[in-house]
Amino acid sequence: MAPALPDGDPAPEDGRLPETVRDGAADRSFGIYLHVPFCTVRCGYCDFNTYTATELGGGASQSSYAETALSEIALARRVLAEAELPERPVGTVFVGGGTPTVLPARDLARMLDGVRDSWGLAPGAEVTTEANPDSVTPDDLAALSAAGFTRVSFGMQSAVPRVLATLDRTHDPRRIPDVVRWARDAGLAVSLDLIYGTPGESLDDWRASVESALATGVDHISAYALVIEQGTRMAVQVRRGDLPLPEEDDQAAKYELADDLFSAAGLTWYEVSNWARTPDDACRHNLAYWRNDDWWGIGPGAHSHVGGTRWWNVKHPRAYADRLASGVSPAAGRELIEPESAQLERVMLAVRLREGLPVSALSSTARTRVAALVADGLVDGLAALGRGVDVPRVVLTRRGRLLADAVVRDLTD
Amino acid sequence: MSPIPTPAQSQRIAPAATSPDLLRNFCIIAHIDHGKSTLADRMLQLTGVVDSRAMRAQYLDRMDIERERGITIKSQAVRMPWAVEDAAGTLVPYALNMIDTPGHVDFTYEVSRSLAACEGAVLLVDAAQGIEAQTLANLYLALENNLQIIPVLNKIDLPAAQPEKYAEELANLIGGDPEDCLKVSGKTGEGVEALLDRIVQLVPAPVGNPGAETRAMIFDSVYDTYRGVVTYVRVVDGDLNPRERITMMSTKASHELLEIGVISPEPVPTKGLGVGEVGYLITGVKDVRQSKVGDTVTKQHRPAAEALGGYSDPKPMVFSGLYPIDGSDYPALRDALDKLKLNDAALNYEPETSVALGFGFRVGFLGLLHLEIIRERLEREFGLDLISTAPNVIYEVTMEDRSEVLVTNPSEFPGGKIREVREPVVKATILAPTEFVGAIMELCQTRRGDMQGMDYLSEDRVEMRYHLPLAEIVFDFFDQLKSKTRGYASLDYEPIGDQAADLVKVDILLQSEQVDAFSAIVHKEKAYAYGLMMAGKLKDLIPRQQFEVPIQAAIGSRIIARETIRAMRKDVLAKCYGGDITRKRKLLEKQKEGKKRMKTIGRVDVPQEAFIAALSSDAAPAKDKDAKKK
Repeated sequence: MAPALPDGDPAPEDGRLPETVRDGAADRSFGIYLHVPFCTVRCGYCDFNTYTATELGGGASQSSYAETALSEIALARRVLAEAELPERPVGTVFVGGGTPTVLPARDLARMLDGVRDSWGLAPGAEVTTEANPDSVTPDDLAALSAAGFTRVSFGMQSAVPRVLATLDRTHDPRRIPDVVRWARDAGLAVSLDLIYGTPGESLDDWRASVESALATGVDHISAYALVIEQGTRMAVQVRRGDLPLPEEDDQAAKYELADDLFSAAGLTWYEVSNWARTPDDACRHNLAYWRNDDWWGIGPGAHSHVGGTRWWNVKHPRAYADRLASGVSPAAGRELIEPESAQLERVMLAVRLREGLPVSALSSTARTRVAALVADGLVDGLAALGRGVDVPRVVLTRRGRLLADAVVRDLTD
Repeated sequence: MSPIPTPAQSQRIAPAATSPDLLRNFCIIAHIDHGKSTLADRMLQLTGVVDSRAMRAQYLDRMDIERERGITIKSQAVRMPWAVEDAAGTLVPYALNMIDTPGHVDFTYEVSRSLAACEGAVLLVDAAQGIEAQTLANLYLALENNLQIIPVLNKIDLPAAQPEKYAEELANLIGGDPEDCLKVSGKTGEGVEALLDRIVQLVPAPVGNPGAETRAMIFDSVYDTYRGVVTYVRVVDGDLNPRERITMMSTKASHELLEIGVISPEPVPTKGLGVGEVGYLITGVKDVRQSKVGDTVTKQHRPAAEALGGYSDPKPMVFSGLYPIDGSDYPALRDALDKLKLNDAALNYEPETSVALGFGFRVGFLGLLHLEIIRERLEREFGLDLISTAPNVIYEVTMEDRSEVLVTNPSEFPGGKIREVREPVVKATILAPTEFVGAIMELCQTRRGDMQGMDYLSEDRVEMRYHLPLAEIVFDFFDQLKSKTRGYASLDYEPIGDQAADLVKVDILLQSEQVDAFSAIVHKEKAYAYGLMMAGKLKDLIPRQQFEVPIQAAIGSRIIARETIRAMRKDVLAKCYGGDITRKRKLLEKQKEGKKRMKTIGRVDVPQEAFIAALSSDAAPAKDKDAKKK
């Protein structure tokens, strides 16, 4: 199972982009997302597009994956050139999954080389890969660093064995300080991913996880609330009553606790679910999503956005490989964002960031609702008046961050 | 010899040519499931009016709902021939008019008019259950009308039948010997011939003056799509003939008699109707309000000086707001009510707007069953999805300055200085096994009942009489009675006037905004309980908002109860899967659509379903906490 793809328009077979993608392209950064759709174990909560080796038939094996991905990179290069977009070196690369590190470091390096050969990497480009603390070795990390990776994000999730077991995570939490140290020794910036609100996780469990992540001294932490997605094993367990449904009040309390502890340790929020020690430690690839920049997603089920056109690839690695082998774009569908949707996206994406959204970007109707949101304590009153910021901005308070979707609904027509 | 008259004999009982001596007009008084329609079916068969092949179960009940519920809403009159030997051993033909009566409390007036058209009544009681309260009420009505009562126990074929026991009970009620009680089975036909003979023997022949100015009483009036209004009459004096002009005495309106006839069991036009005869008239009018039950029909060129007694206009006793669940169905609801009104003189309605429920109608009903039937017909025959507000009665409010306000909707209850509030009171009769007396007394006590008396019908059954405010009955009383007596109690009530009472209006406020649909007029002592119950229900049904929402119950400006919906703490999707912005945006678009469909009270968004659930009498289901998100 993997999340359903959105409904959209059919995508052209040659992957061609509409002319409109050129508008304002020079002001947008360009990034690459590289999806690795493999894991050794399928976690019960996970609805990402990933497969264990046994789930796949021939034509889509892990060993040939880098080759297949390189052929989409070639397609991307051609399509972007044909769309007459300005030449832009790649500012960020993010390899996600799945578990990218189930592939040998040399495969990851080959794919990164492909990106570099096609567009070049911008000076100081951020190149991240996700990694499983279970299997990664000092040698792997050194090899990645040598290949040009600058950053690694470990899926720590929790420091409590019982919670990790509920999540089907197999790693030993005691390994975390070691892998963080090895990565740093290899010259990589490090981020840890945490999950809160797992069924059965107490507030103290969560506190222990946050403190143990902070104890490693990392400069970046992401903390995501567990969402029970339809079609996952965990959804079945909850429906059967084997696991309790996570409660939103509990998740809110955990968010607030984490934010307190992160702040006390010198990490500040820059996006609803992300904290960094300094602005330079923020994940620039992540920021690009919320700033509505351009990125091409390579791999099955990957999503792309270039200048107001979004598309997504076919989900299954085999269908993906077959398409590319026969010279057809792997895009399953796409949408050219209508102005009304564009405004909703703009608000939805920008308010999640600490930099917020200029009040002037709101519709006149939405502007009249800002005051009520300030009164309810969801939007920062000073920022809304332009104090301490360049222009009046909608910046969420902590309570507002927890109710961001409600704020978005209020601030769009 | 056959009891079905020969063609020669039938000449003597032809419509418009039958001597009153050969007429017998009777009705059947029975509780809803005691087998009246089945018995009537057997009579139709035995008298040869319907042959077995054409017979369908419960022939006389026309509407689907009637057939399904086993109750008869609209009465009809069927003419049946039956021959009985006289003292000399000669077969004498008779025309029997069976007048079907509605079987429920809400239709007391219609019942009384049907009874007034008869000289006799078959008191039909289920031999396994005994008499029920509504039957008893109608029996008293029949006795007041001096009808000859023929007690009959039905369903004697049932294994659980106890004919001896219930014959005793009937004898106690109407006097006479238990032996006089006939025992029949409508299902098998056993004893039905004997019953027909008994009707001829015991029911008096109608008496009237054939030479006097014509007076005929309307006892029913039905709208037919093809024929317009079909009016059922009983001729008291004089006669009625086709093509004459007739006058309705209450309205003075005149109409031409397009058709006149008898039902046997399909309409058969005749040369007219004479003294004591029962039949139908068609004048071409399109609305039953032009042909009112209880009114007197006379001839335009030679009108009677005085109408027959007993006429009154049907008065709605119970009011409820009816709203389409889908607001765009409002015009369809209006059209449907307009259609039903053609056939229901008691139905009236006015447009009404509610903040919570949108556009609808305030509808007046004769009683709760009437409400239920109308609602069900609207839903079933017209395919409408409806929500109704809690039923309420009419209140007469006198202000300190002596001005008076008639309140049919609690939200219209006046503010300011009130001198007195009067509410309708009913006389209620409850029949139940003796073991439930305590539970019933307790229930009536909590409903402000005033006990008038109690009688034993038999060793183990009692009749309890109470005066109760009608408002207490329309609020859930019958369900409570049924549950406290495991379904054994039966209830009947009739209005007997009004009384002053300490009544207040309780409003429900959502973040200080009044929610009109939940205002209620209740006794002062129950105001707190009502307020707490409704606030608690809404608290469980209304989704949490991004701010705290107080729900208050108030009398005027005084808050009597309060609940709080805590502010929602989390409403944000943690991350976008692999940059799937489209999915997240579509989710938000869907949520925004959902928000648009909600009703906004002040700043509080309330899904329509929450109002509907709060108005339904069942306990409120817990709101689905994760359904609103994701």
